[in-house]
Amino acid sequence: MKSILKFLSYLGLAFTAIPAVLVFTGTISLQTQHNLLVVGMLLWFGTAIFWVKREKTGG
Amino acid sequence: MRVHTSGRTLSTGSRRTGSVRSANDTPTPMQSGFPVPASKNQHSPHNMTPPPSQPQTLVERLDALYEFDREPVSDNKLHGGKSFIAMFASEHVAGTEFVLGPLLVIHGVSAFDAFVGLLIGNVLAVLSWALMCAPIAVRERLTVYWQIRKIAGPYLTVAYSAAFAIILCLLAGAMINVSTTAIAHPLGIESPNYSAGEHFPSLPWITLAVIIGAVVAALAVLGFERIAHFSKICAPWMPFIFLAGALAGLPMLGVTGLDNFWEIARTKIWTGVLAPGESQYGFWSCVGLAWLCNISQHMGMGDVTIFRFARKWHYGFASAFGMFIGHYMAWISSGIMCAAFIAQQTALGVAQPNVNPGNIAWLGAGWAGLVCVVLAGWTTANPTLYRAGLAFQVATPDWSRWRVTLAAGVIMIVTACVPAVNFFLDRVVAYYGLFFMPLGAFIFIDYWLFRRLGLERNYAERRGLRASWPAAVGWFGSFLICFVLFAKDNYASFSWVNDHLPAFLAAYRADFFMQVLPAWIIAVMLYTACSFVQQKTASPVPQTSVA
Repeated sequence: MKSILKFLSYLGLAFTAIPAVLVFTGTISLQTQHNLLVVGMLLWFGTAIFWVKREKTGG
Repeated sequence: MRVHTSGRTLSTGSRRTGSVRSANDTPTPMQSGFPVPASKNQHSPHNMTPPPSQPQTLVERLDALYEFDREPVSDNKLHGGKSFIAMFASEHVAGTEFVLGPLLVIHGVSAFDAFVGLLIGNVLAVLSWALMCAPIAVRERLTVYWQIRKIAGPYLTVAYSAAFAIILCLLAGAMINVSTTAIAHPLGIESPNYSAGEHFPSLPWITLAVIIGAVVAALAVLGFERIAHFSKICAPWMPFIFLAGALAGLPMLGVTGLDNFWEIARTKIWTGVLAPGESQYGFWSCVGLAWLCNISQHMGMGDVTIFRFARKWHYGFASAFGMFIGHYMAWISSGIMCAAFIAQQTALGVAQPNVNPGNIAWLGAGWAGLVCVVLAGWTTANPTLYRAGLAFQVATPDWSRWRVTLAAGVIMIVTACVPAVNFFLDRVVAYYGLFFMPLGAFIFIDYWLFRRLGLERNYAERRGLRASWPAAVGWFGSFLICFVLFAKDNYASFSWVNDHLPAFLAAYRADFFMQVLPAWIIAVMLYTACSFVQQKTASPVPQTSVA
């Protein structure tokens, strides 16, 4: 389960990074990039919250 | 700036503004991620229980607040290098990176200044962490609070903490301002355009800032640990948004590939032409700003509090991961977004584009950009406000933790409603760094030089002095000298100073951001010379009082 969550999280980061390159090369429009960034954001925050560890406290 | 630190994950500070971070603060258990004595948790925002025996004087109260960090860190609590890499990499992308990058564009730096100047400045910052701060941290293994107290005495330590609480409130306010620009955008509320003469926000904008500030203050009281966790989640994602915004902005400026990037960067982004009414920044300004941005943490020794948990001194080089993501990539990216926004607005016929974090992030990254701005501001403001509250609590021992944090929140909200704070954020960061750096210089010199000069280390502690006058002279003297050397050519009310200075000093034109080096040298010289006078004219230290 954790592996799937991590995969989806990294997919979210990929949705954040790759469209930027594509809009730079003119492959996609700016609006499409913005939409993909939202998808990436939702993927990242929707999954990372379940596996990124809290800091250990008190010891 | 951490600024910063920023406390996103493991750090002590307000996230470094430009990551401006706190220098004297002790990491909370949630923030540091480093083991802490159980007693430390008594001071978490969730536990308002006062210590059993209530200290009475201001000094006793301050000591009690930091009592749990009085002992050097033991070997079984040390951390490996990965912890420090993770800490620096995650905490140096703050809301203020959306401000500082554009400020370099507006102040007319050239592309060479930006790329090479920031590179050198960040390398100097990393070297300062690695060669000045970390080595002392791993030898002494004490917090900066106790190190300053040994050298400067409790009264100056109280003054240091009080001043720090105020600056933390200002920085938290700057973060709220950043977040407000992002939330105001989709609501159709125009953020104040300071460069166009709008020195006060509109009522709806102030209302929004008050709401955001109140929410942040409430969350700082109620849920600090969860926010620290959420900050950690945000950290890997935010640098990608900076990159995405910059890459999206490049085509708007005419960049079609690597072949014409430098030409466009030189002629359309960092043009060397400053905006009307601004002061000219150059190569040394970029070097100085990058170096000085977190000076209270490295040369000011604030991060001895963090690096005392390091197994080896060379973990100080881990700071490179923070500097080159947050203060290099992010500043350059936000500078590109700023130039793209100005170009777009100019093409639409806007005479004075309103450059603010919300507007530039919206253009480059849309809704995700706005969320990034909000989160970058919010997750930085929270730990900053928490620490400000901690420092203020010293002066208000009868107040509960939530009450003092909310009081700090009021100052933060007022600051957030002053657009000038972010417009002059680089100056605020510079003053903040220069003011707090000298005490770190004293720690450095006291440790490495005093015995070789025949002087006693930790003289204030050994003699039981309430305040060390050499430290006071070195601290305030160095700051005043450096300020006057800058002000004489930059503030009309100080121009008379030139008439009374020797010719070589009157001809000296100080770059405020490059005052780092003279400030450090002056501080050290004053402190060392005064210590000579103090120690050579004093009676010998009784053996029984030597620690």
